[in-house]
Amino acid sequence: MSEIERDEAGPQANYEAFLAEGRFMLQRAGSTGEYVFWPRVTTPSGATDLEWVEASGGGTIYAITINRSRKGSWNVALIDLDEGVRMMSTLPEVETAEIGARVKARIEQAEDGPRVVFDLAAEDAA
Amino acid sequence: MSERSMRGKSAIVGMATAGVGEAPGFSAMELLGQAAIAAVGEAGLKLQDIDGVFAATSSHAFPTMSVVEYLGLTPRFFDGTNVGGSSFELHLLQATLALDAGLCDAALVCYGSNQRTAGGKLVSMSEPQWHEMPYRPRHPITAYALAASRHMAQFGTTREQLADVALAARGWANLNPEAFARGPLTKDEVLSARMVSDPLSKADCCLVTDGAAACVLVRADRAKDLCEKPVYFLGAGAANYHRSIVAMPDLTVTAATDSGQRALEMAKAGRDELDLVMLYDAFTINTILFLEDLGFCPKGEGGRFVEDGRIAPGGELAVNTNGGGLSCVHPGMYGLFLIAEAVAQIRGEAGERQIEDCELALCHGNGGTLSSQCTAILGSEATL
Repeated sequence: MSEIERDEAGPQANYEAFLAEGRFMLQRAGSTGEYVFWPRVTTPSGATDLEWVEASGGGTIYAITINRSRKGSWNVALIDLDEGVRMMSTLPEVETAEIGARVKARIEQAEDGPRVVFDLAAEDAA
Repeated sequence: MSERSMRGKSAIVGMATAGVGEAPGFSAMELLGQAAIAAVGEAGLKLQDIDGVFAATSSHAFPTMSVVEYLGLTPRFFDGTNVGGSSFELHLLQATLALDAGLCDAALVCYGSNQRTAGGKLVSMSEPQWHEMPYRPRHPITAYALAASRHMAQFGTTREQLADVALAARGWANLNPEAFARGPLTKDEVLSARMVSDPLSKADCCLVTDGAAACVLVRADRAKDLCEKPVYFLGAGAANYHRSIVAMPDLTVTAATDSGQRALEMAKAGRDELDLVMLYDAFTINTILFLEDLGFCPKGEGGRFVEDGRIAPGGELAVNTNGGGLSCVHPGMYGLFLIAEAVAQIRGEAGERQIEDCELALCHGNGGTLSSQCTAILGSEATL
C-alpha cells in the first residue's frame, strides 16, 4: 500500500499494511498521549487525533492458556505492552510461560500472513 | 432524571422447558415451540393472546420473526436483543418495560436449541475478531481459561477449588431428575479429566445439550387472575464493557459488579435476603467470579468460598440448584434456564432439590466472553 492509499484506508488496513512491511505499529493520540489497541478510530476517552508510532516491543504476560487438541497444542497469551495496551498473541518457542514474565515482540511469517508474536525477554529466558 | 422503578410491575405466570438433555429428531424451533405452547397454556392463555415477543437463539438471525411466524403470532411489540446467554435476563427487563408502558399485555420470552443432536458441538453465530484470529483462540473456552489463569496467578485460586464448583453442581443435579449429567463424581475424576485449555479441563466445561425454555409475563395487577403463584419481577440490571476478552479491563473482575448492584437496588433487596442464587456457569471459573462480583465474598476469595461444599446441597448458600450448565442443561445460551429454576423453586415445585421457603432468587446471566452481564431478581408474592 502506498502512503496515499494508506491515508485513505482505515486503521485495520493500515496496521496490517505496516505489518506486511515488517513494522509493529501502534496508534497514539497526539492530544492525550493515550495508546490504543486493537487499531480503531477513537481512544476510549474520545480522542481521535491518532498517529502511528513504532511499538517498543516490550511487554509482560498478563494471562496465558494452552489450547490442546489432537492436532497439537499452542499457547494463547494476553500481553500487556509497555505502552499500556493489551493484545492477544502467542509465544511460539515455548509450551507456556509464567504470568508476569517479560517478553519481546517480533514479527513472524505465519501461514495466513505476518503476525506479532513474543519471545521470553533475555533476562527471563535464562 | 430519576429512574422510575420497575419493581413488582410484572410477573411470570407461565414457565416451561422442552427437550432438556437430548431431543433427537426435533429442530430448535420445534423445541422452542413446544416450550412456548406449554408456558402459554400454563398461564391459561391462548397463543393469539401473546402480543409481545422476546427471543434470542444461536441459530436464527432474526429470532422474533421466526418465532412469530412459527407460532402464528401477531405481536405489537418485539425485541430480539442478543447479548448471548444473558439475553433472557435482559428480556425480563425489556418485557416489563413494554408491559408497564402498555405496549403489550402478554409477553413471551423464549429460546430453543438442538445443538447436541444436530452436531454435538457448541453452535454459535459469533464472528471471529480479526485481531485475535492469527493466534487461533478457541472461544469461548480460550477466553475463560485466560481469565482462570489470571485469577490463579493473582489470588492463588486452585484447580481443586474449580473442581469444588463442578462437584457442587453435580450434587444438585443428582437431586434433579431432569438434569442431563447425573451420577457419582469424585474430585479425582474431575482433576484427572482431559485438559482442554489450561487450566480448564473437560470437567470445568458446561454440557452441550439440547433444550428450550419459555415464560409468559403479564402486568402484576393481572397476574393473580392467571396463576395461583405468580413469580414477580423485582429488579434487573445490565452492564457490558467489552466484546473481545482482549478488551476486558481486568480479567478477574466482570461487569456483574455493576449489573448485580443495579438489580439489587431496583429490587430493594439485600444479598443476605436471597434464598437462591442462580449463576451462569458456562465454566467453573464463572461461579467463582460471579460469587465475588455479586458481593457474596470479597474479590479473590471465591475459590476459598466454594470449598467444603458451601454451595453444594446442604451448604450455606444455595447456588445453581438445578445442577447448572455444568451438570443440568446447556444448549448454547443457558440464561432462560436460570429463570426456569428460580420459578420452580419460588413456586415450591422443585421436588427433591426444593430449598426451604424460597421467596427471593437472583438470576445472573453471562454472555460472550465474560462480556454482557445481566442480573434479574425474582420473588414470591410475599416479597412484594
